[in-house]
Amino acid sequence: MSEYRLSVGMEVHAELRTQSKMFCRCQVAFGGEPNTRVCPVCLGLPGALPVPNREAIQMVLRTALALNCQVPVDSVFHRKNYFYPDLPKGFQVSQYEETNPIGYHGHLMIHTSKGPKRIGIKRVHLEEDTGKILHLPGGGSGVDYNRAGVPLMEIVTDFPPDIESAEEAREYVAQLRQLLVYLGVCDGKMEEGSLRCEPNISVRRADSETLGTKTELKNLSSFRNVFLGTEYERRRQIAVLETGGTVAQETRGWNEATESSYLMRTKESEQEYRYFPCPDLVPLHFDRADVEAARAALPELPLAKLQRYQDEFNLSPQDAQLLTAERPWAEWFEAAVVAGGDPKAVCNWMNGDFARLLKETGQAAVIPGVESDTEGREPARMSPEILVKVAKLVADGTITGKKAKEVFEKAYMTGDDPASMVEGQTQISDTDFIRQAVADVIAEHPDPVATYRSGKGGVLGFLVGQVMRRTQGRANPPMVQEEMRRQLDETS
Amino acid sequence: MPITLDEVRHVARLARLELTEDELRAFQTELDALLGHFQDLQAVDVTGVAPKPHAVALQNVLAEDVARFGLTRDQALANAPKSRAGLFLVPSIRED
Repeated sequence: MSEYRLSVGMEVHAELRTQSKMFCRCQVAFGGEPNTRVCPVCLGLPGALPVPNREAIQMVLRTALALNCQVPVDSVFHRKNYFYPDLPKGFQVSQYEETNPIGYHGHLMIHTSKGPKRIGIKRVHLEEDTGKILHLPGGGSGVDYNRAGVPLMEIVTDFPPDIESAEEAREYVAQLRQLLVYLGVCDGKMEEGSLRCEPNISVRRADSETLGTKTELKNLSSFRNVFLGTEYERRRQIAVLETGGTVAQETRGWNEATESSYLMRTKESEQEYRYFPCPDLVPLHFDRADVEAARAALPELPLAKLQRYQDEFNLSPQDAQLLTAERPWAEWFEAAVVAGGDPKAVCNWMNGDFARLLKETGQAAVIPGVESDTEGREPARMSPEILVKVAKLVADGTITGKKAKEVFEKAYMTGDDPASMVEGQTQISDTDFIRQAVADVIAEHPDPVATYRSGKGGVLGFLVGQVMRRTQGRANPPMVQEEMRRQLDETS
Repeated sequence: MPITLDEVRHVARLARLELTEDELRAFQTELDALLGHFQDLQAVDVTGVAPKPHAVALQNVLAEDVARFGLTRDQALANAPKSRAGLFLVPSIRED
């Protein structure tokens, strides 16, 4: 079999997290009774006039800037004309042309097994979502227009494509999703259709200069499916070519159950969409000062955070990755560091017991008074200040690491001050107290003592354990160990 | 005529119009005249004239992102030729 090269262009559609729709003020929400969030504008009734959503435009601007895009001075909306029942107006309002979309000519850096890679972005534009078609039992189709007109951002990679493997396709989508969630422009819920990926996939022989015929793949509702779908299409197309066939340009759907693709409709050609500027909408104008203000207001982006956590806090790439995966989690970590926590200790508590307890209780880590959880989960009682207190009790030797886990869990459940929990149970580091306890144990266990002195050091653990038992686990273990060794060696 | 009958047929299909042969020929004549007007426009020298994105001198006419209630479902479905279970009923769409 010949060597083949894969090329993947990616179109990502992201529903924006606005309160209202793109061109009317109907509420944006998921689910609910069909056709209850509609009005003359989103139903395309005669005479209804659209007014663009200011916040949606700001969200796309933020995304464009975060993706290192150019922003035009003037930008217009176009009509893309085609007939389909999920499109009540007979056209979709979108943005056409090379340098007209709110963002164009940008890039996103992704991590790959071969190091960082630059994925060119052709454009970031704003359009409106379609309604949903439901197939009814007994034939016929029904349409729900609740989703029609929801602001939809489309992010398209450069041509010719930079993505050359299924892993890179998955990684691109994963990092783009993380970025959009960080920016607060999309909830990133692929399973609810908030983020939809459509790779254009083609293969060519390794020695060929020109790209092969591409197929577009739809219905990929997870990172895993982006990977599986791309890999499936790569193999399918190679098999077609190897048996002397030609790949047809077509839209294919992904069947999650059978993990295979199937032929969907053949679409109109670009020319047939008859794009033209929408006469109902006046142009957008981006003042340079406003663009720079928006750029300055961008939050620290995931990749920058990842690097800073390694440089500034001396954390491993793995630790930094876990902490920066989600913005609220990263901000919680930063609040704990600001509260005086040692970064590594805070990191260990967060990625260990804290993460486990959150998962068990279904709660969310929320900085008190700063942010509420976007998922609507109950906020955990654990605050950055409480976590720092527990970490400090361990660091200054007041409690043992083992005891600290208990204290942490109790503080998690109650939100009480850890200091009040350890009264009377604090670790004992008093030298005289430990010396006496060690002496008592040595006196009470002549046989193990003799064994130790005959050169079998392994019994030391048993003797230390006896001291811990006698002190209800409160004696400082390293001190006990040292004192035990000293007394045994001294009197032998 | 610069526009062929097949092109008229194709445009009619995109517009989901079912036309008779007589109608196709009538539209061929009309579209031809229309395209003729564009040829006149294309002959105008526009060197040094900046493209205008819109006929009216307005920009950034935007609305704040505040949700408001629109139509009730009954109102929304009132003009639908057919509806069922709160949905607009359309001919069967098969994609798979």
